[in-house]
Amino acid sequence: MNLQEYIELVFTDYTLRTITLGTAVLGAICGMLGSFAVLRKQSLLGDAISHAALPGIAIAFLIIGTKNSAAFLLGALISGLIGTFWIRGIIKKTHLKSDTALGLILSLFFGFGMLLLTYIQKMPNANQAGLESYLFGQAATLLESDVWLMVLVTGISLVILLLFWKELKLLLFDADYTKTLGFNIKFLDILITTFIVIAIVLGLQTVGVVLMSAMLLAPAAAARQWTNSLGIMVILAAIFGALSGVVGTAISASHNNLSTGPVIVLVAGVFVLFSFIFSPGRGLLFREIRFRKNRSDLQLHKTLSFMYNIAKTHEDTAHPHAIKILNNFQGFTRKSLQKLEDKDYIKIRGTMWSMTDSGYHTAANLYDQLIKEEDE
Amino acid sequence: MKDKIAVQIDDLTVAYNYKPVLWDIDLAIPEGVLMAIVGPNGAGKSTLIKSILDIIKPIAGSIQIYGKPYKKQRSLVAYVPQKGSVDWDFPTTALDVVMMGTYGSLGWIKRPGQKEKKAALEALEKVGMLAFKNRQISQLSGGQQQRIFLARALVQNAAIYFMDEPFQGVDATTEKAIINILKELRKSGKTVIVVHHDLQTVPEYFDWVTFLNVKKIATGPVKDIFNDDNLTKTYGINYKVSVQQ
Repeated sequence: MNLQEYIELVFTDYTLRTITLGTAVLGAICGMLGSFAVLRKQSLLGDAISHAALPGIAIAFLIIGTKNSAAFLLGALISGLIGTFWIRGIIKKTHLKSDTALGLILSLFFGFGMLLLTYIQKMPNANQAGLESYLFGQAATLLESDVWLMVLVTGISLVILLLFWKELKLLLFDADYTKTLGFNIKFLDILITTFIVIAIVLGLQTVGVVLMSAMLLAPAAAARQWTNSLGIMVILAAIFGALSGVVGTAISASHNNLSTGPVIVLVAGVFVLFSFIFSPGRGLLFREIRFRKNRSDLQLHKTLSFMYNIAKTHEDTAHPHAIKILNNFQGFTRKSLQKLEDKDYIKIRGTMWSMTDSGYHTAANLYDQLIKEEDE
Repeated sequence: MKDKIAVQIDDLTVAYNYKPVLWDIDLAIPEGVLMAIVGPNGAGKSTLIKSILDIIKPIAGSIQIYGKPYKKQRSLVAYVPQKGSVDWDFPTTALDVVMMGTYGSLGWIKRPGQKEKKAALEALEKVGMLAFKNRQISQLSGGQQQRIFLARALVQNAAIYFMDEPFQGVDATTEKAIINILKELRKSGKTVIVVHHDLQTVPEYFDWVTFLNVKKIATGPVKDIFNDDNLTKTYGINYKVSVQQ
């Protein structure tokens, strides 16, 4: 199947269209809200919440006895929220650090959830439930109504983010200061955490309990690399998330038997990797290039200032000197002398070099300039 | 003379996990002073400021700003937290951080407009950081970050300024620039309260001082009470500081 055929299929095939749309919207909302989790240094919270949601799904099944995704969502939401508040409680009331509290709740809830799952599987009607698909997600089970619910929640959280943009930004940057200005940080905190929990719970059916936190973090981590503005970061994260969904669905749909959730997460991972290496401001590649350029600039400056020290002992600063006298000095090569000549700092005639006025002036102010650049 | 009281603290006690950090503090800060809070590490200096600003809940005591609780007097108070208390890699610009100083008067939901931007630019100019307004905050030096925090407080246009170690990790030039702004604030009748570590500069910078070490040791004009006796009581060792007056 080539790309054109696939795109046609997305628009004509009902199931594929639903899944593509669903994973795109899910990616967008997770990217958007994930930005806040990442900037609040609560990346692990997402992981804990998604694992904490599992017993809620199992209990919901035990109560109503059939598979009903709305009931599962509600169960997951309630148990995810309980997990979140317990984590907060543990951090606040005990001396335990947040990573301990997160790990504790994550494993306890997940363990309890698995226990319930195995219990359910031994029940006679267990096979119809397909509850284990919540572990790694199964995008194929997405219905149009699920997608509409995602669109609705995305719309609501977008409105909330726009309304409280100023307050949330302030909270992320400086919570104590936010409090002194009279904003209720408890309210803001509960607001943003609740929406993060909702986004996670929405994604469980598609991506699964185990991988859900990657959906939250990967697009945000990738987006952070490209911008220094919170607004652009949130928008970029939403775009990266949506693209991960669309591309991941495409890959898994065109290769039979590939599970959608893991593929989406891997695609998001590729975004992260690409951003870490190639983003201009913070990427490893450009950092290395800048580092090398600085080093070669320094090398040139070193040679130039060495020449300057020789030249300044003469009345006529353009007085020619033998290149040989530089020989004991390690900072120069033919190439670097050529570079200096290209910059019109020196003139080379045969085996002699002489400093130009511009070279002399530059060398004299070399360190002043360094200071100026730093101050600027 | 200074007779109006800006901040009145009575019987303030604060504890973390049952360990008292501040014990039965009574303190009256007169209007219009430039006051240093000095004391050893763990003396509760930051905690005192945070209690006044209602960031930390005390277990006992009352705090009044011009005769009313802080909640009713927020608009009169500005705060400069310790520089290390925030993540400077946060994706935002210098101007944006200074604009945050206007959020309090804006209240919920309302966005800052031209008026707020103008105020922020003025504050940036006052601290000598106008040229850096669009700089990402992680690309500022420690001293520049401190100036940005100061500008954010200046935008609040308050009557009382609380600053938590504004001179920490800044160079001599920035320190002079900051203290000049603080002295200007005092001249215009504002009250400035600073957690301070460098005892040598207390007499030069401040006119009022509070010695703190869990309990309040002394408070008053620098020229009357800044002496070896109080320093020894506060720091526990036989402290000799060469005070030139």
